[in-house]
Amino acid sequence: MSAMKPKHQRLVLVVLALIALVAAALLAVYALRNQASYFYLPEQMRDDPPAVGQAVRLGGMVEPGSLMTQSDGVTINFAVTGRESSRIPVRFSGIVPDLFVEGSGVVAEGRLGPDGVFLADNLLAKHDENYVPRELEGMGEHQAAEMAEETTVGLQ
Amino acid sequence: MHGFANPKRFLGLARWLTPLLLASGLLVAGGALAWGLFAVPPDRLMGETVRIIFIHVPAAWLGMAGWSAIAVASLVYLVWRHPLAAIAARAAAVPGLVFAVVCLITGSIWGRPTWGTWWVWDGRLTSMLVLAFLYVAYIALAQAAEREGVSARIPAIFGLLGAVNIPIINRSVVWWNSLHQPPSITMGKSAIDAAFLVPLLLAALGFSLIFGGVVLARMRALLADRQAEARLRRKALEAV
Repeated sequence: MSAMKPKHQRLVLVVLALIALVAAALLAVYALRNQASYFYLPEQMRDDPPAVGQAVRLGGMVEPGSLMTQSDGVTINFAVTGRESSRIPVRFSGIVPDLFVEGSGVVAEGRLGPDGVFLADNLLAKHDENYVPRELEGMGEHQAAEMAEETTVGLQ
Repeated sequence: MHGFANPKRFLGLARWLTPLLLASGLLVAGGALAWGLFAVPPDRLMGETVRIIFIHVPAAWLGMAGWSAIAVASLVYLVWRHPLAAIAARAAAVPGLVFAVVCLITGSIWGRPTWGTWWVWDGRLTSMLVLAFLYVAYIALAQAAEREGVSARIPAIFGLLGAVNIPIINRSVVWWNSLHQPPSITMGKSAIDAAFLVPLLLAALGFSLIFGGVVLARMRALLADRQAEARLRRKALEAV
């Protein structure tokens, strides 16, 4: 070991310290994996429901065809769906964000009612990772993908 | 690498590279932003607010790239003891902080019309805010070390420690449910239409050139500072 140059000793030391640091960070992230999530998915809320009345968030897709406005004009009912055909009904009164439409993502802040309906105090629209110009809207997904492929041919 | 570690050779290189990087960066970034503001069509859902990605996304990338640069330079300083590496790490901190803050502000402005909120404490937003705080702490620590004449090893160790946050920012939207959307651009494919992607990449290139130019300019300023101080100290000794 004594034959090792000082700068190599330092390199080994720093690399060992970095490995320990990354391992510690990974452990912390692993322990946080549930607590650091911003919302419950519908299947998580179905399988392991939070206490009735506890403030939580629910995130998923607004089920197409489920959105209904009550006779008072400001209360809406809809269902949030996730994977494995999980489905949570939601009730909300108030102004919805612009991007809140059927078939798109939503995060509802509120609490689970005793009848299994999620009572939302606030709705946040969740934008997905797709950015598409208006001209491509209305085209079938397949058609849009084809067109996108044609326009990006030169980029690859 | 040892060639660039020579301050004299570095200064000769930086003298003409600094204005070149700054001018070309301003040109490319300005062109990309003009393209993004006036020529790009509105998004299908977001409408005109999509235009903010041409600042927000490059700022986020460079905010993270800034700390990656600090970490690499700190490693080089700790292991090989190149004094220029410590100066490079310090020089990357302020532009990195500026880009991180720009990313947070533009993201907040975009979030209000799109999500319906200015701010949420989800994994991505929180870890990016932590990065901005780390920058502030690093700048204060590096300045204090310089002023007190303490070894630059202390800020270098902090620079390496803080790098743990970079992969957390990057993976936060994958590991945890978050309001922020998952990555649009992954290895080899993009969920961003080419109409947005091309000006976005161009803006990222322009801002990167500006970033490089600012780092070189700050390194020159820090070196000049040190030289001036050494000269003053010599003068003071001669006078005694």
